[in-house]
Amino acid sequence: MFGLSTKDTTLLLFVAALTLLAPFLLNPFPENSAMAQFNAGYPDLMQRFVIFGTFAIGFNILFGLTGYLSFGHAAFLGVGSYGAIWMMKLLTLNVIPAIIMGVIFAGLFALLVGYISLRRSGIYFSILTLAFAQMSYALAYSVLTPITGGETGLQLKATDTPLLSNLAPGEIGRANLFGVDMRSSYELVIGDWLFTFNAGYYIAAVCMLIGFYISIRIFRSPFGMMLRAVKSNQQRMNYTGLNSKPYTLAAFVISGMYAGLAGGLMVAMDTQVGPERMFWTASGEVVLMAILGGVGTLIGPVLGAGMIKYMENILSKINDAILHQWFAFMPDGIENLLVAIFHPFIGKGWHLTLGMLFMLIVIFLPGGLVEGGQRIGRIFRRRDRKADSVESDAAKQRKPAE
Amino acid sequence: MGILEIKNVGKRFGGLQALSDVNLSVAENTVHAIIGPNGAGKSTLLNCLVGKLIPDTGSVTFQGQSLLGRKPHEINQLGVSRVFQTPEIFADLTVLENVMIPCFAHRDGAFQMNALRGVRSETDIRQKAEQILEDVSMLEKENMQASSLSRGDKRRLEMAMCLVQDPKLLLLDEPTAGMARADTNNTIDLLKEIKDKRDITMAIIEHDMHVVFSLAERITVLAQGTPLVEETPENIKGHPKVREAYLGEAQV
Repeated sequence: MFGLSTKDTTLLLFVAALTLLAPFLLNPFPENSAMAQFNAGYPDLMQRFVIFGTFAIGFNILFGLTGYLSFGHAAFLGVGSYGAIWMMKLLTLNVIPAIIMGVIFAGLFALLVGYISLRRSGIYFSILTLAFAQMSYALAYSVLTPITGGETGLQLKATDTPLLSNLAPGEIGRANLFGVDMRSSYELVIGDWLFTFNAGYYIAAVCMLIGFYISIRIFRSPFGMMLRAVKSNQQRMNYTGLNSKPYTLAAFVISGMYAGLAGGLMVAMDTQVGPERMFWTASGEVVLMAILGGVGTLIGPVLGAGMIKYMENILSKINDAILHQWFAFMPDGIENLLVAIFHPFIGKGWHLTLGMLFMLIVIFLPGGLVEGGQRIGRIFRRRDRKADSVESDAAKQRKPAE
Repeated sequence: MGILEIKNVGKRFGGLQALSDVNLSVAENTVHAIIGPNGAGKSTLLNCLVGKLIPDTGSVTFQGQSLLGRKPHEINQLGVSRVFQTPEIFADLTVLENVMIPCFAHRDGAFQMNALRGVRSETDIRQKAEQILEDVSMLEKENMQASSLSRGDKRRLEMAMCLVQDPKLLLLDEPTAGMARADTNNTIDLLKEIKDKRDITMAIIEHDMHVVFSLAERITVLAQGTPLVEETPENIKGHPKVREAYLGEAQV
């Protein structure tokens, strides 16, 4: 289907089902239960899952296929965001032109950065991209204030009068898609459970699915094969009559456009931008996502993005009081000891947990979560040889956050 | 006039004159061997032909077109393929993919943005790749990862990758280096077969005299960066100058 092999179609449909049913899947616990804090099914976080998923999918096209490690991808995310918000300020509050503009701006910027950075490879390439991103951050923060709003960034204001949107004087515009407000949600209450279906989330999810589909096509195309050849042996590639430079540049621009799409979506969901979006930690985060999930695999980056965002938002909300609640059944001394042990790993300490998890995965599962899933799948297959391949594919996808 | 004409080529690395005044003409559809002791400049000469190095002086023309200043991929697109001393293959890819890539390069040129076309639908390319794998009797290994091949198989794979492009000129840099005698003989047979079946010119750099005398129609002896003699194999064996420079110590 869609020009994909059966296996890839299964994967695509699986991811589509996951994203479309996410409001159910991410809210497995009743609203008032003690476990409700592990629910991730609220619009803000679900949007972040798919937006960063898009970002990581794009990053993986560059890093996973060509092996060029860009440390400045957040710059394209930021440029996409600025492009999108200007579109909203000046032209229309409809999100589609904003998102398209974000993609175009990021693509053009990636063309410039890639053209210069790709003159070098390896660590020098990484440093060049990092330098570009930090430069963009610094510029957005200071010199380019008229365009970027400097430190405070940009947001929709009462003084904005988009050309095509009829706003009452003094009314602050809201991002919409042909009149559907991005923030509007439909809430479904079943017993103790509350499921939220958010317009913005579904638009972002559809964008991610399109991005995912295109990424599968790229992976399975001759172009994708050439990109893997770049990673494998550039010397042989040149002596085979292929010019590796345009291939790497094309991959760089495509992945920059994915970042721009993510940036545009961020603005569409929450109409504001700040320069911190381009800071180097944001670039580093997407590298972590790709590696955590599985570099060079199709689904890995999405899983990695989901996992990091889940931990960032859920783990960081757990505090000592909640821990005390959990361990309340134990004797006081042991309760306090356990709380003291877990304390560094929760709340603000979630980075520690992430860091340790990252180390464990890199050491024991160099292929990321996908490799973990494959190993589990292999155990199942050994136990039940009759299990068909679709099932093992499903096992590969197993993951708490998605 | 030969398919490849090298005229007055010189190359200096710092204080070392690696090549000086090399004149060489390789006739079409022949096997031309370039031999010489270590450090004679054989590999430097080859690197000058494929665009890796640019000679300081002289000219290199292939079918009347100058090769100087062209990049390696441009030279390959003209019809010159190179087999390396240590096999250069795409180690992370499967054997079949390794052979399909040169096919794409041959069909689509140095760069083609066919990102949404599926590899699966490229049946022509696949057939061509499988055909050449069958020719080098590696078809049963087509789904293996190239890095897991034995050294001899890697060499054959690299040969297949060059041959699938139907090159007019095949440059071989010590194609049997480090091979066991049986593998060497297989390679010789393979090269003979290629020569008989195709319109192809080969230039071989080789240390193994067994290989050279089994294949070559012309032999150029290089010593200290200059061609000493150019002769047929029969005449080269007894040539006094060659004995003195090279074969005197080697087995004949």
